Parts: sequence; C-alpha cells; structure tokens
Amino acid sequence: MADESINKGRRRFLTASTAVIGAGGLALTALPFVKTWLPSARAEAAGAPVKVDVSKLERGQRLRVGWQKKPVDIVNRSADQLKWLKAQDPRLRDPDSREPQQPKYCQNTYRAIRKEWLVFIDICTHLGCVPDFYGEVKPEPFDPQWKGGYYCPCHHSRYDLSARVYQGVPAPLNMVVMPYHWVDDTHILIGVDPPAGSPQLKGPLEGPLKGATA
Amino acid sequence: MSAFTQWFNERTPGLGAVYKKHMTEYYAPKNFNVMYYFGSLALLVLVNQIVTGIFLTMFYTPSAAGAFDSVQYIMRDVDWGWLVRYMHTTGASMFFIVIYLHMFRGLMYGSYKKPRELVWLLGMLIFLALMAEAFMGYVLPWGNMSFWGAKVIITLFSAVPWIGDTLVSWIMGTVGAAGLYVPGDATLNRFFALHVVALPLVLLLLVVLHLGALHEVGSNNPDGVEIKQHKGPNGHPLDGIPFHPYYTLKDLVGVGVFLIICAIIIFFAPTVGGFFIEHDNAIPANDLVTPATIKPVWYFSPFYAILRMIPSKGLGVLALIASILVLFLVPWLDRGKVKSIRYRGLGYKVALAIFAAVFFLLGCIGADLTPGWITAVFGPNADITSIENLFGRILVILYFAFFAFLWVYTFFGLERTKPVPERVTTHA
Repeated sequence: MADESINKGRRRFLTASTAVIGAGGLALTALPFVKTWLPSARAEAAGAPVKVDVSKLERGQRLRVGWQKKPVDIVNRSADQLKWLKAQDPRLRDPDSREPQQPKYCQNTYRAIRKEWLVFIDICTHLGCVPDFYGEVKPEPFDPQWKGGYYCPCHHSRYDLSARVYQGVPAPLNMVVMPYHWVDDTHILIGVDPPAGSPQLKGPLEGPLKGATA
Repeated sequence: MSAFTQWFNERTPGLGAVYKKHMTEYYAPKNFNVMYYFGSLALLVLVNQIVTGIFLTMFYTPSAAGAFDSVQYIMRDVDWGWLVRYMHTTGASMFFIVIYLHMFRGLMYGSYKKPRELVWLLGMLIFLALMAEAFMGYVLPWGNMSFWGAKVIITLFSAVPWIGDTLVSWIMGTVGAAGLYVPGDATLNRFFALHVVALPLVLLLLVVLHLGALHEVGSNNPDGVEIKQHKGPNGHPLDGIPFHPYYTLKDLVGVGVFLIICAIIIFFAPTVGGFFIEHDNAIPANDLVTPATIKPVWYFSPFYAILRMIPSKGLGVLALIASILVLFLVPWLDRGKVKSIRYRGLGYKVALAIFAAVFFLLGCIGADLTPGWITAVFGPNADITSIENLFGRILVILYFAFFAFLWVYTFFGLERTKPVPERVTTHA
C-alpha cells in the first residue's frame, strides 16, 4: 500500500493551481463573448463621407444633413450674427476652442474654414441630445441677452453661433466640428480633412462664396 | 396523509420541509400593518411581468426596422394584444411604486438593521437589477423617446476616465466620433436579450436569495421588536403566526385592492397622462430629431434630476451613482439601536419626512413639471433655469444631507428614543 497520510502542501498546490488555471481559462473564454459587443464590420462600414451642395443656403439660414447617422448643421452666418461672436467670449467656457473639439484648421473664433460658414455636429456635449437652432439675434425666454446660437431642450445647455458652450450650463465642451473641407465654392465634403497644402488648412478664409447670396 | 402525498414525499426529499419552513411554519409577527403588503405585491407584479412579457415576445420583432411596427401590430391587430401590452407597461410602473413603498417601509421600521443587513443589501441589488430591466424594456418599442433615452443613458458611461468612449461604443455596438455614438440595431438586439433572458434570471435568483435571507432571520414588524426573543413552550414565537394560511389570506385582500387599482389604470388611463407611457414614444425613433423635452419615465426622475442639477458632466454622473449607492450603506450609517419610527427620536421622524418630500420634489423636477410651476408662481418672465437650478440644488444637498444626518445623529448619540416594548403591540 502507498502512504495514505495526507500531503497538505500538495493538496493546497493542486487546489490553487486548478483555481488559477480555471480562472484564466474562464477569463479567456469570456473574452470572445465580451468582444461580440464591439461594433461589427457592418457597423464599421457605415461611416462614409457625405458631399453637400450649399449653393441654395441664404445668409442666416441653416441646413441639416446626416453623416454617420449624426445631425450635421451647416449655418451661413450673416454679418449681424458674425459681429456678436467675439463679444460672447467672456460668457463662454472655452472661447478660444482650446479643448480638442475641432480640427486644428477650425481653431478660431468662427470655428470654421470660411468665416461665414459654420459646419459642425449638432450634438450636445452633455448627454448627446440635439440642440435647437435659435439663430435670430433677439432676447429669448432662456437668455435675455441672446445673440443667436443653439439651445438644448433636454438640460438647457446653450451654445453661441460658433457652437461654443456658454458658462453655467451642464454641457462641458463646445460642440464638435468634424473634419470637412470645401471641394469647390458650393460643395462641402463632410468627414474628410482638406488635402495637404490646401489654403483651407490655414483658415479662416474671408469673403463671400460664389453662388452664395449676401 | 393520503397515499399519493406519501408516495410523492418519499420521492421528493426536502420538498415538504421547504414548504413548511417557508409557508406553514414560517412565523411572521402578528402586528403587520398596511405597509407590509408591498413585498408580496412586488412578487405578484414580477409574475405579471414574466407572464405578459412571454406573450409580448411572441409578437415583438427585435430589430430597429421592425420593433416600432411590431408594437403597433400588438396594439392594433393581435387579439387582446393591447391588454397584454398595457398590463406589461402598467406593471412596470406599479413595480416601482410597490418597490419604493417597500423600501420606505424598511426605512420607517428599521428593517435594514441588524440582523437584516443582508436582506436590505439583496433588496437593493434587486432594485438595481430592476432599474436595468426597466431601462432596457423601455428601449424595446424603439419610439423616439426609447431611442433618445437609450442614447442619453448610455452616454453617461462616457464620463468614465480614459475608456469612456470605448465603453459607450462597446455597449451600443455602433461606431462614431468621440462622444457621438447613437444606439442602433445592435443596441436594440442586445437589450432585448438582456431584458427577456438575462436580467429576469438574475431578478428571480435575487428574489429567492432575498426571501431566503429574510426567512433565516425572520420578519421585522412595525414595533421593531424581535419576536424570536419570546417563544412559547412549542418553540414558536408567541407574537408570531404561520405565514400560511394567515398572511397568504390577508395578502389576498391587498392583492384584490391592488388589482382593482391596476385595472382602473389599464382600462381607463393606460398612459396616466404621459407618465406610464410617454407621448413622444408614439413617434418612431429618429436620430435627427430630439423630442422637445427628454425625460426618463417617472420612476427614474428623482435620480435624473440629481444628474441635471449638477453643472458638470463628471460630477453629475458621480452624484447620480452616489445617490443610489448611498442607499446600500444605510444599515451602517444608521447606528441607532431602536428600529421602529414609533420609538425613534423626533429628529429621525422629521428627517425621514423631509427625505421623502425631497425625493418626491426631485421627481417633479426630473419629470419636467417645474417650469410650469415656476411661471405660475414667478410670472411669465421668470428665469426658469436659474430658479429651477437653485431649488433643485438645494434638494440635491438635502437628499445627501439625510444620510449624513442619519450617521451624525446616531453615531454621536444625539437621538432621544422612547422605550421599546418587550412584545409587539396591537390595537384590538
């Protein structure tokens, strides 16, 4: 007969090693299940750029298009709307757009490539609602000093006409300006940076566009 | 014992003993009042949700393209489909009414105190699972409020440092730039799986553990005295009566009243003015149009108000989480030995009343009722945002102050309690 006394050290080792290897195996097995929740190849493919014709947009008007299932707003700002932008700076959280909420070529007061044309994703940086366009420079119930901009109906965050967030509201950041560029004087390609060496990378460009009415 | 019963018992070791332990020989205090109906009512609603849910699953299509239409199909074309769906939607809201009253009962009579801490913790876990279950169920009809509610609530996870955006993308299963994810087909499908399979299993397991833990230590009662300390010669508590048939029959009366209320809602006002079913959810999901006001269903509104009142995303989410997690700590925050509010100090009575009022008022802010009230009181030109923020932030402070007060009041011995009777009191 073999020695039948209990080897406690060996028993402990076997228990611990079984537990550790078993736990490792469980974790590895869980990984594929966790990864099934990542965006699928089909979802990844749904993010193509969108080309928009803005020739019909008058000064002071707003156009909404969808890109990657998100609302992109294009605003042709009037001179009256533009002149108040700089004056809003003291009331804003991030007037100089220091937070990386826009490409480098849109890091200016207008947050734009062309001074008049604001192109951005109209999704509130608080919890992702779509703020409403209140473009007119006139007192509003939510802000007697309103100079035009965006107002979120969900939690009352406010943004100026450069999509910059005001102080004292729940939203922490300016709304996102996604990569885009002007293909010609009347078309914007949303989702793609300006080509290397383009003057659009310097921005903001001055002057009205061909086809756009003053 | 009949021959069949004997034959059966010989082949099911333990089943008879389990029945005795939890029904005919589970001794519950004889002085339960009306606040003690809500445990069994919660069980009733759970059964209702499971049965009606199974039937809804037979007709529902879990896809972004088909979900909304399939719910309309249930409402209009399936025979009695409207009844099954209204029983399910009304059941969801009634579940929270019953659970909130059940939790309030616990706070009134100190049911979370030693030796019932684990009963309270398991109950809180049920509450958490129920919130997840209700949220995911709310997304399934894929109305516009389902869509935007899902987007807003899932986007809360973007407040997690470093991995926030990846986490949001992982939960939704969709791509997007940072902070710009929208729920889609993938989101709806996984929520469906969790809502109808995973979370009900978790809920059932937790309910079994909650009841198991309760039956081990025994039920508390409105006097907060331990009936096990006075046992008769037969070993049973003198102030206890067998759960079956005494409380099963008594609870049937509660069930009757409860079902009458439910029936009135289901047949005459199933949306309850937009509180049980929100009007914006009669519109199909649209990712380019936000509803005029995004608000959660009423049962989440107090917690949602806490989120809204904090002017910082990260802190707001933290406050929301803290407002729920702090409830887990109640058994250890409250150091008072006296359980029932009948014999506790005036401070606790006042604090609990204020806490209940604060919870209700936060709910009103979260449900967006306050702008109307503010213009009614302060005139049409009132600065709604500032006034709402001022009152709301005071309420948030008061909400958390209750728990701080509870600890200070009991830890430093400031509470002046009344003598607790040896035995339960009855008002015959």
